[in-house]
Amino acid sequence: MSILVDRTTRLLVQGITGREGQFHTRQMIAYGTKVVAGVTPGRGGQMMDDVPVFNSAKEAVRTTGANTSVIFVPAPFAIDAIIENVDAGLGLVVCITEGIPTIDMLRTYHYVREHGARLVGPNCPGLITPGECKVGIMPGYIARPGPVGLVSRSGTLTYEVVNHLSQAGLGQTTCLGIGGDPIIGTSFIDALSLFEADPATEAVVLIGEIGGSDEEQAAAYIATSMSKPVVGFIAGRTAPPGKRMGHAGAIISGSSGTAVEKMRALADAGVNVAESPAEVATLVAKVLGR
Amino acid sequence: MNIHEYQAKQLLAPYGLPIPRFGVADTPAEARAIATAFGVPVVVKAQVLVGGRGKAGGVKLANSPDEAEAAARLILGMNIKGNVVRRVLVSEAIDIGKEYYLGAIIDRASKRVVVMASEEGGVEIEQVAALRPEKIIRVQADPFLGLFDYQARELAYAVGLPLNLVGDFVKVAKSLYRAVTEWDATLVEINPLVMAANGALWALDAKMVLDDNSAFRHEFEQLRDVEAEDPFEREAREMGISYVKLDGNIGCVVNGAGLAMATMDLIKLKGGEPANFLDIGGGAKADTVAAALRIILSDPKVKAVLFNIFGGITRCDEVARGILSALEKVPTKVPLVVRLVGTNEKEGREILKQADMITATSMDEAAALVVEVSRK
Repeated sequence: MSILVDRTTRLLVQGITGREGQFHTRQMIAYGTKVVAGVTPGRGGQMMDDVPVFNSAKEAVRTTGANTSVIFVPAPFAIDAIIENVDAGLGLVVCITEGIPTIDMLRTYHYVREHGARLVGPNCPGLITPGECKVGIMPGYIARPGPVGLVSRSGTLTYEVVNHLSQAGLGQTTCLGIGGDPIIGTSFIDALSLFEADPATEAVVLIGEIGGSDEEQAAAYIATSMSKPVVGFIAGRTAPPGKRMGHAGAIISGSSGTAVEKMRALADAGVNVAESPAEVATLVAKVLGR
Repeated sequence: MNIHEYQAKQLLAPYGLPIPRFGVADTPAEARAIATAFGVPVVVKAQVLVGGRGKAGGVKLANSPDEAEAAARLILGMNIKGNVVRRVLVSEAIDIGKEYYLGAIIDRASKRVVVMASEEGGVEIEQVAALRPEKIIRVQADPFLGLFDYQARELAYAVGLPLNLVGDFVKVAKSLYRAVTEWDATLVEINPLVMAANGALWALDAKMVLDDNSAFRHEFEQLRDVEAEDPFEREAREMGISYVKLDGNIGCVVNGAGLAMATMDLIKLKGGEPANFLDIGGGAKADTVAAALRIILSDPKVKAVLFNIFGGITRCDEVARGILSALEKVPTKVPLVVRLVGTNEKEGREILKQADMITATSMDEAAALVVEVSRK
């Protein structure tokens, strides 16, 4: 079992003929993902390798039965792509694009929810269910099937932790990157509730960072609603206030959003908080009794 | 991106906000000329991108052109929390009756624009939030329909504004909401919003933070105060590198923001002090790595540099060649520790053997090594 993506995922790639879209489509197919359609307006009827390209998401969904999409279009056009995918009836939309204006994400967030779809990202690496399906840009070879669910706001830091887990023999049900922007479609709580409901997931890893209060809200949720053990890691203890640390969402405003505050909230909720990425694997082994 | 008070007032003026007449001066003579033209008492205010200007002596009342010139002479060149004052705003003085706070922000938790007001204006709103949170009243704008008049009225009633000013207050609140949406601001703040002794409403100070992600559809670059920026942070930005200078002595070059923060934290955990945050982004091309290295080594405090690259899909041999060619462009005697993981990592390490670098296989090992060599 897993969350959100598996063998039954039929993927549509929005922006399939662009440089990123082509490269990662090939990577996803090589991993075993069923990429059934691509969309690039004006390129309908062409093929990208063996994948048919359509002018619109609606046409692609109607023709191929795609149920999930991944978006690789540049920031000025990404909102249009998200809404088009939702309106085409896709239930899961994963947006890799970085740099979408925050104000546009407000309306988009609510629109997606009100239409019963789920958005992952933007500014995220996507997700992977080891051995079954990869949607996005994560390096597939680091993940192994197993009982650990992982959710993270980061990209390469996620790979670092997944690598440690796999090397320690701790495989994953699904690794999910929710994105580093201030406004994202899927929160930690959304991901935690999915892992809590997934029978194959025995423990969950949460990787947060400075900025916002998503980790604190997750801590409150864990304390009241999670039966499975959670291991946490927060990046940015040495980050100064008021400076954006790469990700648009990674900024300490005044005295709120610090790593120390988040680590305390998680620890108070019974989460095992790691000091380093390597220690995450050690703590997961401990909570799983290995 | 933060902008100056005078820039925020220039952006907000077209919305019809009640902003007292103002001018901008780079010299005491210009400040005098503005005060002379206004013919009334003025306030001379330092234009710096940090709060607490008043406490630092950067805001002065001047009753005559002579006093305005003297105040500008005093304030220009002043150093406020590391920011040198290069420009002052000269504004018509208002006889303050009562100070309120009014602000509009993008609220991450509710994913809406939230408009806030407080009867405790003129002090930092963070302070009010910490000490008397009940004194801050909030309303959420609907993401599709925006802010309604009744919501703005609720704020006015809650802060105890005299009823004859409620209409003016509603106009200001709705203007702030529009400014957030039209200028892609993440924050617009009027603090204080003042009821003058004669009963009129005035927006005395203005603060705006603009969303960097929206630069492609605005001309934000014209608003950027490049002189106030650290020259190396500017070079990094122009190269597409995220760089933040810190006080330590161990430089770091990392791909990915989360990993970069975790690397800094690990250096600290091993007993060292990071000199910077630096994310070279994806790909790690030679030019970018060279620029990153040059920027880090420009800080004379840096005693060692750690490269922490999780290649992922990027091939490590390519990254290694990028690092080699960067070292040719930026030769250095500072010890370099490199940790490279990902596709073709063995080939990558082989290539780096040609360079005088200390290699590590894990992040923990790399952090421990760089702390050790930084002490030699």
